[in-house]
Amino acid sequence: MAEALFTITDLGKVYHMGEVEVHALRQVNLQLDEGKFVVLLGPSGSGKSTLLNIIGGLDVPTSGEVKYRDTVLTRADEAGLTAYRRQHVGFVFQFYNLIPSLTAVENVALVTDISERPMNPGDALRMVQLGERQDHFPAQLSGGEQQRVAIARAIAKRPSVLLCDEPTGALDISTGIVVLEALARVNSELGTTTVVITHNAAIGSMADRIIRLADGRVTAVEERTEKLSPRELVW
Amino acid sequence: MRPLNRKLVRDLLAMKGQAFAIAMVVAAGVAMFVMYLSTFDSLYRTRDAYYERQRFGDVFASFKRAPLRVADAIAAIPNVSAVETRVVANVTLDLPGFDEPASGRLVSVPAHRRPLVNDLFLRRGRWIERGRPDEVLASEGFVLANGLELGDRVPAVLNGRLRRLTIVGVALSPEFIYNIRPGELVPDDRRFGTFWMDEQALAAAFDMEGGFNDVVLGLAPGASADEVMARLDRILEPYGGLGAIPRALQLSHWTVQNELSQLQTFGVLLPVIFMMVAAFILNVALTRALALQRPQIASLKALGYDNRAIGWHYLKWALAIGLGGVVIGVVLGAMMGTLIIGLYNSFFRFPTLLFSVPFGVVVGATAMTMVAAVAGAYTAVRRAVRLPPAEAMRPEVPARYRRSLFETPLVSRHLGTAGRMVLRNVVRHPLRAAASVFGIAFAVAILMIGFVFNDAIDRLMLTQFWDAERQDVTVTFIEPRGESARYALARLPGVVAVEPQRTVAARIRSGYRERYLSITGVPPTPRFRRIVDRDGREIRLPPSGVVLSLTLANVLGVVPGDEVSLDVLEGQRPTRRVLVTGLVDDIMGLSAYMDLAALHQMMREGEVANSALLLIDAAQEGELAAELKVLPAVAGAGFKRAVIQSFREVMAANMSVSILINLIFAAIIAFGVVYNAARVSLSERSRELASLRVLGFTRAEISLILMGELALLTLVALPVGGLFGYALSAAIVGMIDSEVYRFPLYVSRQAVALAFLGIIAATVFSGLVVRRQLDRLDLVAVLKIRE
Repeated sequence: MAEALFTITDLGKVYHMGEVEVHALRQVNLQLDEGKFVVLLGPSGSGKSTLLNIIGGLDVPTSGEVKYRDTVLTRADEAGLTAYRRQHVGFVFQFYNLIPSLTAVENVALVTDISERPMNPGDALRMVQLGERQDHFPAQLSGGEQQRVAIARAIAKRPSVLLCDEPTGALDISTGIVVLEALARVNSELGTTTVVITHNAAIGSMADRIIRLADGRVTAVEERTEKLSPRELVW
Repeated sequence: MRPLNRKLVRDLLAMKGQAFAIAMVVAAGVAMFVMYLSTFDSLYRTRDAYYERQRFGDVFASFKRAPLRVADAIAAIPNVSAVETRVVANVTLDLPGFDEPASGRLVSVPAHRRPLVNDLFLRRGRWIERGRPDEVLASEGFVLANGLELGDRVPAVLNGRLRRLTIVGVALSPEFIYNIRPGELVPDDRRFGTFWMDEQALAAAFDMEGGFNDVVLGLAPGASADEVMARLDRILEPYGGLGAIPRALQLSHWTVQNELSQLQTFGVLLPVIFMMVAAFILNVALTRALALQRPQIASLKALGYDNRAIGWHYLKWALAIGLGGVVIGVVLGAMMGTLIIGLYNSFFRFPTLLFSVPFGVVVGATAMTMVAAVAGAYTAVRRAVRLPPAEAMRPEVPARYRRSLFETPLVSRHLGTAGRMVLRNVVRHPLRAAASVFGIAFAVAILMIGFVFNDAIDRLMLTQFWDAERQDVTVTFIEPRGESARYALARLPGVVAVEPQRTVAARIRSGYRERYLSITGVPPTPRFRRIVDRDGREIRLPPSGVVLSLTLANVLGVVPGDEVSLDVLEGQRPTRRVLVTGLVDDIMGLSAYMDLAALHQMMREGEVANSALLLIDAAQEGELAAELKVLPAVAGAGFKRAVIQSFREVMAANMSVSILINLIFAAIIAFGVVYNAARVSLSERSRELASLRVLGFTRAEISLILMGELALLTLVALPVGGLFGYALSAAIVGMIDSEVYRFPLYVSRQAVALAFLGIIAATVFSGLVVRRQLDRLDLVAVLKIRE
């Protein structure tokens, strides 16, 4: 059995939106294993992003516990979470969140600058097949290219986990496939545990494991043995 | 370069318009700081070096005449390190090309050695030689203003005899850095000069052989001038002593010192206000810029950058803008300082007065700017950095609008949609609106001060030359004369009327506080010389007692009803205690007025006068002047027309420079504030404005919404600025108030209107700059971007 990277116990998160209480997560229990490609599936508002943000140390739960290897994240303070993100987590967002005033390679260097044993920024870009475009600004790149820069930026620090929030959500199918290929490649070549959240069920076919969420709860967990390549996905 | 620093540079370039506007406001403050304090430093160091090198005296005294042996008694006063006895006399100069007589001050110097105190700086030529009684050294200002050369001869009436004085050298003295004819408002180098002449020659000309009438003392380091002055006064008492004065009250020194303290006050006060405005604008601009950077801040946090790194990154924005301002400001300040020093060089006579910017001033400016930048950035950066990363990822919550308090049903009906949007947007950010209003109001105030002082000087002239001194010519006599002099003057060509005037040198005392001044005798119904207050209102003199300048009363600590002691310093030197019967808030000097008859009675004299005021027929001015030049009893004659002319020339040069400087600064502030307010509004609301365009609003209509906001802010700021301007003017008038002159505070409608118009122009200009950007609004792009 694979070693557990994350152990999640009784996780809950409540938002207060004015006078309304929104339960984004209720009693979530999960284990995410090292090196796996995990897809979190669910409709809007199912709590996927909240879960991802908590795992990534961007947000703190209202109740429950998240354990990363032997560290209990939910007990870490602001500085502890920053250090955790800096050393172990790579993020990929739906809207790429590149710094518009920096070129592709500079966006990657932003991370390699503060990491302990980073990749060469150029290598990271070549890994997502963007070696040629490294001196372009985000505004000069297509959406798919921007997302691949974001992936390069995320993996350049050699993270233990790559967290992707709707990485293809803003892209068309063919561009989305190129991005998913980049993710699959990172997962297989670097062995980086990859968690992708999406509402596109088709993407589940390339995962080792599919976790379904609805209304803040885990409704199903599916272990898969036969992974498809992104090109074989049926949308 | 680190990627974050690259981001910094590129982000700054992206907001270069705003960054530049803020940097310019900073630069304006820095420029003032550098201009004033560097000028202060240059003037201060030049003056002190000059004093040191030329051994400027510590105590000064004039008297009628003392035999030379008295000098030994003076030298024996403890702590006196040097004594220089002199003969000082006023003479009329008969310069070719002048209708009215010019006048000169003759000061004796030894021919065989340099003076022990108040040594001269010899610019050109040579020292005077013994046995050549007509050789003189002439003051540089006079030589330059009259285009004289070495070897030129200046005709002068010495004690009734016309002599031709030969200029053998051009000199400057630390005693006359500010060389003004006593009783005048501004120096006039063309009509007044100082000449240094051989001691024996000068004494002979004024029947002063074996005696002297003026003395300058140097004191041992750290000695108290008060003690020495008291002893000196006792020694000189029998010789018609007019009272010793310390260096601090010596006219030239006092003037330079007064200028220095004003430079220092303004050099700190004004820049601090500018920096506050800059910090305000920086805060508003940065808050908005950081709101736009929310997703980037979230990314940086997600990537593992900690709060300190992100905070420092954004703080560097502010510091970079501030530093830009410092660089521009130092250059600007140095340029303006050069301009000001140029002005000083026409006022003050130094061997060399050069402008330099001390390193310490640059360091001070930088430190002040950094403090303002950090203060301005602090809340904006803190708010941005403290955002939890997951929250930063989401767009900012839509602004909560509500109906403003002003929107009563009555108002709403007339507002229209655009008006309502404008009003709600302003009310939603009350602090920000207040900051903009404060900034614009400050610009109004700065501009207003320039115009107010222009007016104040006009007023001062009006009060002095039309309300107080209505005569055309003032003739001073060498010795007090009786009635006959009056008739002699009345017979001169062009003289329409004569009013004799009697002034008496005296010491006025109340307890330990004392001042030396002239008591003026005033006839019951004065025709020409009247007592008027700051606002030009005539004060009627009561038949008994004295009326004092308000400033003098404050110095002495007396109020009407109190008694003061008068020690008259001429004639029989009577001492009296008299009642203070009135005060006058006047504009110049320290004055004491008495009824003319009461003054004559106190002096136990008949109807004598030591000066006369003439009303003349302007057509015969030339003839009159020619006659006056050669009258032996006349020490000098001042023609009002000439005085006003030189006053206007000096003031025009001065005021045009300072109004120009104020105008530039006010424009910078107004532009900086308005442009930033507009840019921030535009950035916050481009989506909203684009939506309106899509709905079919025209460019003009959406411009109106944005411009309306600026117009509203400006409209509110104008009256506030008017009040600021009034308060600041009053404060500055208060600071300038001195024993020598006091400004009337008079704010004309014209000054206010000009200031308002200037600011409205600056607002319209900045509005138009932003309007160009509004016209280029890319509807599709704006609507597509996610905020």
